[in-house]
Amino acid sequence: MNKVYHNAAAAIADISDNAIIMLGGFGLCGIPENCIAALVKKGVKHLTCISNNAGVDGFGIGLMLEQKQVKKMISSYVGENAEFERQLLSGELEVELIPQGTLATRCMAAGYGMPAIFTPAGIGTEVADGKEMRVFNGKEYLMELAFDADFAIVKAWKGDTDGNLVYKETARNFNPLMAMAGKITIAEVEELVPAGELDPDHIHTPGIYVHRIFKGEHYEKRIEQRTVRKKI
Amino acid sequence: MALDKNQIAQRIAKELKDGYYVNLGIGIPTLVANYIPAGIDVVLQSENGLLGMGPFPFEGEEDADLINAGKQTITTVPGSSFFDSAMSFGMIRAGKVDLTVLGAMEVNENGDIANWKIPGKMVKGMGGAMDLVASAKNIIVAMMHTNPKGESKLLPACTLPLTGTRCVKKIVTELAVLDITDKGFKLLERAPGVSVEEIISKTAGKLIVEGDVPEMEF
Repeated sequence: MNKVYHNAAAAIADISDNAIIMLGGFGLCGIPENCIAALVKKGVKHLTCISNNAGVDGFGIGLMLEQKQVKKMISSYVGENAEFERQLLSGELEVELIPQGTLATRCMAAGYGMPAIFTPAGIGTEVADGKEMRVFNGKEYLMELAFDADFAIVKAWKGDTDGNLVYKETARNFNPLMAMAGKITIAEVEELVPAGELDPDHIHTPGIYVHRIFKGEHYEKRIEQRTVRKKI
Repeated sequence: MALDKNQIAQRIAKELKDGYYVNLGIGIPTLVANYIPAGIDVVLQSENGLLGMGPFPFEGEEDADLINAGKQTITTVPGSSFFDSAMSFGMIRAGKVDLTVLGAMEVNENGDIANWKIPGKMVKGMGGAMDLVASAKNIIVAMMHTNPKGESKLLPACTLPLTGTRCVKKIVTELAVLDITDKGFKLLERAPGVSVEEIISKTAGKLIVEGDVPEMEF
């Protein structure tokens, strides 16, 4: 069993046009920077991207939007990107906006082998249009289907050669859920160690979910909103 | 005098109780954290995966891996924990979060809220707002009483696409504190120096005014 790939280009080599891919991260926090760069370089097109946000102009998924590689975005919040808005308003880009908890839980359901979940989010709104509704204990719930993605691309802090992953702080966000949900899961990590070095008690994503892993390079980790206080 | 944004936040902070787990939305709600009363211990939840959110970091100590739901750099407080987005909304859906404070574009007299979309103008998405309003036990809306055109944001029926229905419990604006009741908006308090007449004139939905309406205290 060898899950270790040399770099992002090797790990994403078989992602082709029209693929459905999940990309971990919240805003620019915990995004798979190396794989996004490799996808831009490879130039695959007509992608359906499932990701909480769509990056910003010039970074994250914003880079893929600039190259017009994305056919459809499935996200909860997309407000930070002028190119995104331009493509959306001109009809070049299809967008499906769904509640953030629904997005997360549809990933989780895929990783747990459950076809659907029931959530009250979106009841009484346009999100409920065309969806099956059920009443449990007097409260209405929408049935939302598990995602079916060809690839999940995630970023972790540390990983080992068996694919076990550990995330750092709020860079965890959607990463462990998407890691569970891909038919093929690709993980890029800041630090790659031999199997056995990570404490089994501390592993967030067990290696069974991870098919490919590589050590990423040159993480920029751009900050979207730098907020600080002065030392008194 | 109408309240400023900080005073709205300060008034909402009076609703906090010791031991509360609280989710604060973006904008005025974020400011509530600056006015937590002395002797009251609350834990702030950030829906991107943190319980125990602390203040902004000192200059030079920003950590790109540590942000809040508004994508701002933050810190943690002792006793904090990180988790993934499914667990974060799991605790919200399961009713573990005691209080949610969020902004709104419109609220109607039934407690419906609209705050995510202006058709043809703004299509940023709902983020976590729909999950929060569908499950939170106690929702306070922090907003201005009128929109920039001077039109009331407290309506008989929302005109914008809804975020959730029959969920808002209380509204704090620059003019008033109001509860949502079965019979409409109920005026509880007015901002210092603001007349009941002004509040009536700026509230388009059904407004219940009973007896003398006290001024807010801070």
